[in-house]
Amino acid sequence: MAIADVGYISKQELIDAKQDISDERYAKGPVAVIECVQEIPCNPCEGACRFGAITIGEPITNLPKINEAACTGCGVCVAQCPGLAIFIVNKAYSDTEATVAFPYEYVPIPKEGEEWEGVNRKGEVLCKAKIVKVMNPKSFDRTPVVTVAIPKEFADEVRSVKRK
Amino acid sequence: MLKTELLVVGAGPAGLAAAIEAKKGGVKDLLLVDLNMRPGGQLFKQIHKFFGSKAHRAGIRGIDIGTQMLEEAKELGIDIWLNTACVGLFDDKIACLEKGQPDGSTKIVYVQPEKIILATGGQENVVRFKGWTTPGVMGAGAAQTMINVNRVQPGQKIVMLGTGNVGLIVSYQLMQAGCEVVALVEAAPKIGGYGVHASKISRAGVPIFTKHTIKEVKGNGPNGRVSEVVIVELDEKWNPIEGTEKTFEADTVTLAAGLKPVSDLVKLQDIELVFNGPFGGWVPTHTRDMESTCPGIYVAGDTTGVEEANTALEEGRLAGISAAQSLGYMKDADAEALKDEIWDRLAGLRMGPFGEKRAVAKKELMDAFPEVARG
Repeated sequence: MAIADVGYISKQELIDAKQDISDERYAKGPVAVIECVQEIPCNPCEGACRFGAITIGEPITNLPKINEAACTGCGVCVAQCPGLAIFIVNKAYSDTEATVAFPYEYVPIPKEGEEWEGVNRKGEVLCKAKIVKVMNPKSFDRTPVVTVAIPKEFADEVRSVKRK
Repeated sequence: MLKTELLVVGAGPAGLAAAIEAKKGGVKDLLLVDLNMRPGGQLFKQIHKFFGSKAHRAGIRGIDIGTQMLEEAKELGIDIWLNTACVGLFDDKIACLEKGQPDGSTKIVYVQPEKIILATGGQENVVRFKGWTTPGVMGAGAAQTMINVNRVQPGQKIVMLGTGNVGLIVSYQLMQAGCEVVALVEAAPKIGGYGVHASKISRAGVPIFTKHTIKEVKGNGPNGRVSEVVIVELDEKWNPIEGTEKTFEADTVTLAAGLKPVSDLVKLQDIELVFNGPFGGWVPTHTRDMESTCPGIYVAGDTTGVEEANTALEEGRLAGISAAQSLGYMKDADAEALKDEIWDRLAGLRMGPFGEKRAVAKKELMDAFPEVARG
């Protein structure tokens, strides 16, 4: 089922859009995962990355491509994406845990140290999510970026949190 | 009678952009009117970050784009009359304005501009079902105004009908405002708006029912307010399938079933209209300069076909530049170069699976412009 049928993205769609990240790159630490598989006229992510790791080019409806070698996982692109479709996944966080960073535009904003519930793209609760970082500088323009630590096996699934 | 070089009707994104470009182009005497209490149109309801390119200020929230534009208009000394409706448009470009007075009353003022730009926007479509007049059933736009402009929740538990970008974005914003969105209901087999907007809804755990519609709204709440919403599945021919009903407890139903162009003023003149499905109905045909078949009357934004804020801004700019050019304030070469750039950006916005239809619609609309009127 495609995103236009069900309202969330499938793994196959990410592969077809060439937006999946290699296991080798994941092993090296945090990297931006772009989940934007429809050709819409939008390119702020391309300008947001100072390492030139995101390419859209012309026309503006091209899908964003991530150069996983150039991406440092800094996360600046996350808050710049109007579609809230970029995540920073760090599968090398620890032996048992991964981190996922995502935009979170609801109140209350999670606080570091709190424990929330990690939810997948359908909003289903998968696991406990420890809030390890909350970034909300002026440059993010009221789109806080929250980083959670979760069991490693959910790194490809958890994309947001729900209050307990 | 008041004389002016240019009258712009509607201070939404198209009208504001038109007035700003016309003033920058050298037009000295310009009047911008809007029937609302504040200018900006839909921009001040759009608290989300805009799509598009850097040239479209993508990544900036609509509300901030609105603020920037109002500041620019102020710096340029653009005269804006608020609470002012253009209620008549007569021959020889005489416009009848019902001008709002500080005490709340109105005064009729006649204006005769040399050029007019009509940027009157769009209007939400209504969907009729059993119980559609129950208190608590409202347009998605009304709900968006309540939460984002007036900071009032329209209700606690909401069912949204329609999954175009308006339905998806307003659902998200209702959740941001602390309301519970119970479900989104879409008659078509697929979600109409951008997948990235739908993803935000799904991540929040809100179900989206495609191939469904509202069968009935029950009004057993306080003061006859919405209490329950019954939805039903549709077959291939969009007929309800008996026995597939689902009932949700809700106190509010918001309708996001598309918009149609507001064309009351264009109809008052002999401006040629063309029926255009993707654009929401009858729309005035126009030239590359956004000039209608009535020489000196320009059109821009949703009035010429319902699209979104970025296209409205660009069309407004085109109309403003064209008006300044035809009033003799801009050199043809300069004006044409600017218009070329804008048309290129518009082409970018009308691309891809979501934009192509609008590119075709715009071409059809402009191709329908009669040779006789081209002058």
